[in-house]
Amino acid sequence: MFKMYPQWYPARQSIRLDPKGKSLKDEDVLQHLPVGTTATFYFRDLGAQISWVTVFLTEYAGPLLIYLMFYFRVPFIYVPKYDFTTSKHWVVHLACMCHSFHYVKRLLETLFVHRFSHGTMPLRNIFKNCTYYWGFAAWMAYYINHPLYTPPTYGEQQIRLALTVFLFCQIGNFSIHIALRNLRPPGSKTRKIPYPTKNPFTWIFLLVSCPNYTYELGSWLGFTLMTQCLPVAAFTLVGFIQMTVWAKGKHRSYLKEFRDYPTLRSPILPFIL
Amino acid sequence: MSAPAMGTSKTAHTDSSHKKKKGPGTLAIAYLVIYNVVMTAGWLVIAVGLVRAYLARGSYHGLYYSIEKPLKFFQTGALLEILHCAVGIVPSSVVLTGFQVMSRVFLTWAVTHSVREVQSEDSVLLFVVAWTVTEIIRYSFYTFSLLNHLPYLIKWASFLNIHRYTFFIVLYPMGVAGELLTIYAALPYVQKTGLYSITLPNKYNFSFDYHSFLILVMVSYIPLFPQLYFHMMRQRKKVLGHMEEYSKVE
Repeated sequence: MFKMYPQWYPARQSIRLDPKGKSLKDEDVLQHLPVGTTATFYFRDLGAQISWVTVFLTEYAGPLLIYLMFYFRVPFIYVPKYDFTTSKHWVVHLACMCHSFHYVKRLLETLFVHRFSHGTMPLRNIFKNCTYYWGFAAWMAYYINHPLYTPPTYGEQQIRLALTVFLFCQIGNFSIHIALRNLRPPGSKTRKIPYPTKNPFTWIFLLVSCPNYTYELGSWLGFTLMTQCLPVAAFTLVGFIQMTVWAKGKHRSYLKEFRDYPTLRSPILPFIL
Repeated sequence: MSAPAMGTSKTAHTDSSHKKKKGPGTLAIAYLVIYNVVMTAGWLVIAVGLVRAYLARGSYHGLYYSIEKPLKFFQTGALLEILHCAVGIVPSSVVLTGFQVMSRVFLTWAVTHSVREVQSEDSVLLFVVAWTVTEIIRYSFYTFSLLNHLPYLIKWASFLNIHRYTFFIVLYPMGVAGELLTIYAALPYVQKTGLYSITLPNKYNFSFDYHSFLILVMVSYIPLFPQLYFHMMRQRKKVLGHMEEYSKVE
């Protein structure tokens, strides 16, 4: 196909046995398909594609750099007398470290940890996703690093608790990513049920299908508490809604694919959601 | 790979080709007829109120006050239409309907009601008249469409439909002009009083400038208005095309 129509590179091709059915997978072999002596295939152009890795790297590099621009109070953001000054509140420095750590972790995970089942996604997604991540990062960073920023009401107690929650969930999230990676041997695209490992942070698999999202929510709740900033709360909420949608979808496909899937598990919040 | 699972019980949300669209039941249709009749009546009340006030006063000035209450009531009532889409008794997009209704409600409450000084502006009359005529045609059309199993009503429905799409050519720009001029008139008062605005510092580290927000709203008309306008023009061509065929068959 690609030789005849070079503009439709393989990632863009969707081939099906039935025009309204699901696409065939890359690994499907002609002999094993439910067809007779002649086979009819339906082709669909999925549109311009871009690799997941590229999208993730761009999505995450943006917030990292944008936040730092606000932290260092680069000109034209705040009133000129504050250019290149730093905040007098130590929680602002802490917040910058946490935010940056979070996105550096995500970038490294994208490069070294995650094993993607799909190679590509539609090109327009990168514009949508970057607008979301970069937009929210700028909005949050503007207020946290603002000269008129107000530190949390309950001071050091609140910040300490928030930091504990944040770090706990960052480690948790990372543990889940490692556990998921180890489920799948390199180069394969097999799917297996994830189970708790020796790492206590993975024991949450007993109660939840997508604990990576659970921990992610926890991290952002921690960050919200740490900064006591409404835009951060808004970002946490929107992220939570999106992750819940994804978790429910993943949970449903686990249930469909595996007869023996543990019944105690909820998609994202133990017993609740 | 196992054979594609077509007829299993859990196909509902995964296999979109087999999704059966459940239309409204008889109870829903009855409710919708009542809803649309009530809304038609409501906007007729507003229309009559405008005419009477004009005749009594002899000028266009300040007619808003004569219909302020029914306008607020019936325009806000349109929020139910979002619910109708969400529940599925009306086959429209929740997002699109939500957007349209919210923009009307925003203008009614967050601009005209909130900024007293603009209430006597002529621009208010401009959009109120545009809305009134549009809504009377729109709701009466929906009423007749819902009752369309009665054959002699189809002609009335078509009559209204043609007029809906034709009057729109004038009414839509008129409404948009009225809305934009009203928001523009509100700007200085919003800036002066800091209406609906929050400044820093505050303990939630958040700020909102309603004045800038209103300017943003005005700017958003630039991409949105042409899209909606040309969508309606295309719909109109389609509808008029069908009408010709229908009358030829007759």
